[in-house]
Amino acid sequence: MTVLDRLGASAWTSTPFRLAALSIAAFLITAAGIVGFLFWQTNNLLTEQVLSGLRAEVQEMRHIEAAAGSASVAEAVKARARPEGPGLYFFADRTGRKRAGNLSRLPPELEGEGGGTFRYERQAGDQRLAVALPVLFPDGTRLLVGRDIEEQRVFANRMRTVFLLGFSLLSVAGLAGGLGAGRLLLNRIDQINAASRSIMAGDLTQRVPLAGSNDELDGLAQNLNMMLDRIEQLMSGLREVSDNIAHDLKTPLSRLRNRAEATLRDGGDCDAYRAGLERIIEEADELIKTFNAMLLVARLEAGALEGSTEAFDLGSLVRDVAEFYEPVLDEQGLELTVDVGDGPEIIANRHLVSQAVANLIDNAIKYGRPDAAGGAGKISVSLRPLNHVVEIIVADRGPGISADDRERALKRFVRLEASRTKPGTGLGLSLVSAVARLHHGTVRLEDNAPGLRAVLVLPLARQGTSA
Amino acid sequence: MQDAIDESSRVDAAAGRPTSMRVLVIEDDRETAQFLQKSLKESGHAADLAGDGETGLSLAETGVYDVLIVDRMLPKLDGLSVVKTLRTGGVRTPVLILSALGDVDDRVKGLRAGGDDYLTKPYAYTELLARIEALSRRAVPEEQVTKYVVGDLVLDRLSHRVTRGGEPIILQPREYRLLEYLMKNAGQVVTRTMLLENVWDYHFDPQTNVIDVHVSRLRSKIDKNFEKPLLHTVRGAGYMVRDGAG
Repeated sequence: MTVLDRLGASAWTSTPFRLAALSIAAFLITAAGIVGFLFWQTNNLLTEQVLSGLRAEVQEMRHIEAAAGSASVAEAVKARARPEGPGLYFFADRTGRKRAGNLSRLPPELEGEGGGTFRYERQAGDQRLAVALPVLFPDGTRLLVGRDIEEQRVFANRMRTVFLLGFSLLSVAGLAGGLGAGRLLLNRIDQINAASRSIMAGDLTQRVPLAGSNDELDGLAQNLNMMLDRIEQLMSGLREVSDNIAHDLKTPLSRLRNRAEATLRDGGDCDAYRAGLERIIEEADELIKTFNAMLLVARLEAGALEGSTEAFDLGSLVRDVAEFYEPVLDEQGLELTVDVGDGPEIIANRHLVSQAVANLIDNAIKYGRPDAAGGAGKISVSLRPLNHVVEIIVADRGPGISADDRERALKRFVRLEASRTKPGTGLGLSLVSAVARLHHGTVRLEDNAPGLRAVLVLPLARQGTSA
Repeated sequence: MQDAIDESSRVDAAAGRPTSMRVLVIEDDRETAQFLQKSLKESGHAADLAGDGETGLSLAETGVYDVLIVDRMLPKLDGLSVVKTLRTGGVRTPVLILSALGDVDDRVKGLRAGGDDYLTKPYAYTELLARIEALSRRAVPEEQVTKYVVGDLVLDRLSHRVTRGGEPIILQPREYRLLEYLMKNAGQVVTRTMLLENVWDYHFDPQTNVIDVHVSRLRSKIDKNFEKPLLHTVRGAGYMVRDGAG
């Protein structure tokens, strides 16, 4: 296949080219119509001019004949017929013999009664076109009054040639232009297509190139690129989530397997086996917990609150949860300050809010211990009602979370490195964040200098609305 | 995980079971059903199986069972409808609903339909066993019991007073409710989740060993100065209040 063939083939099947060809065809047909009409009108006008001249002259000859007979007609013809002039005459007697005139013979085309166009020879080899009207006088003599219209014919011919040439040029130029424009457009579209194909093949980092012309195609390419950015984000989010899930389930699974293997290998008495199996069950329970936590987060992400909300006193809920954890804090030598009064009343899913607050406190217990020399750990739980929201604040004096990691810590199924070595699913903050989102609230992680301050923001129930 | 006190009071999970129960398992997954049947048999209970809601309903309507285990998703008739129909027909057999759906409102729906307890899959068999054993006890209306007695430990539900060997024991309100629940199910394993749900009304996993710490606090109050421990840790399952370590 030659380049031209390919060009042609792709051109014929391409939309821009077909559009260009169609518009050129429409343009040419219209132009031909207009020019044709003009040509026809001009021709008519010229012919009419010649014919009316002829008719006047015929009338004049009839008058001469009526007044002075055919002899004076012959005189008049002799006076008017110049050898090279535009006026052509042929005056014949009853038998058809020439009496006067500058035409050598009666043209064969005009043997009959009517007038019309005919060809005559002015000089040897000079064939010219003419038009003539015949007059038959009462005494049987015949006069033919004609005009030479060779010049008009040549003019018309030339016009036709010019028009044809013009149209051909226009068609060629138009088609070439359409093909070029189409090709240009096709190139851009091909680029977009090529980029799409390699993206579909899995290279999500690829982007559609911009021509920098800020035209509609650039706009399209920009939108496509933005769409790709979003897809890449979602894909990497999904990949991260599945990686995290795989990691979080694989690690305990392989631990479980190792325990089972170790129990088998070490052998021993019944008690040793029993102890091994008990540890395996514990491990499996941990696995189930992790799995349940993941399911819950996934369900919260996809779920809606409808039907599961109730009005309750947030202050007493937070106090209860803090009190629930108090023995653990006590046991671990952490100091707990709970600065929470009664209220405000909010409308929310009580169980999920309990769980979120529990997770925040649990998190503070696990990570809120100061580094070796830091002295006693302190965890404070407080509640701050603002205008339309209420903030539940759990602050610790631990090492905190670096600013870069804070946002990540709230993402779905993300466990920061630190959490992988601690007991628990490590999904606590993911869950808090999911609960907040479900309630149209937010979670902020702030620097407590030192330590971490987690703020769960929940909207206050608006008057007259119930969820 | 647990300290020395637990070690000394460790008991076998299979020991001290209450009298044998007759259980109906309505579950469409054959393998799960057979696992349950076998496990229940090993725990000293008899189990019948039903593979769909209609069969399960007609078996349950005979009223010969102590506990029903009903899966939520069943062919022909779903689990909640089975329970609703039973309750409408006056069958009061305690029901444990099993479900892959674990949202709090799913649980509420299950209990509203007439279920007595709700367990989310995947679950540990020990958890299921502890729950149905607790359920079978529910046949006795608890409001009528004014006093729980285990050995020399007495909990008076009217005066909210607890004594051991005649000596008063001072408990925090939450500790009192914890002991009350444990004593109500005396002789039976009570799992951490059961304590969490029934004493605190929390339906989540607290991740740390909070329950253990609460129990060990309670234990230090009721067992510390006495020779014979009453509050035992059951490895891999939970806790049990029982007279005599077997």
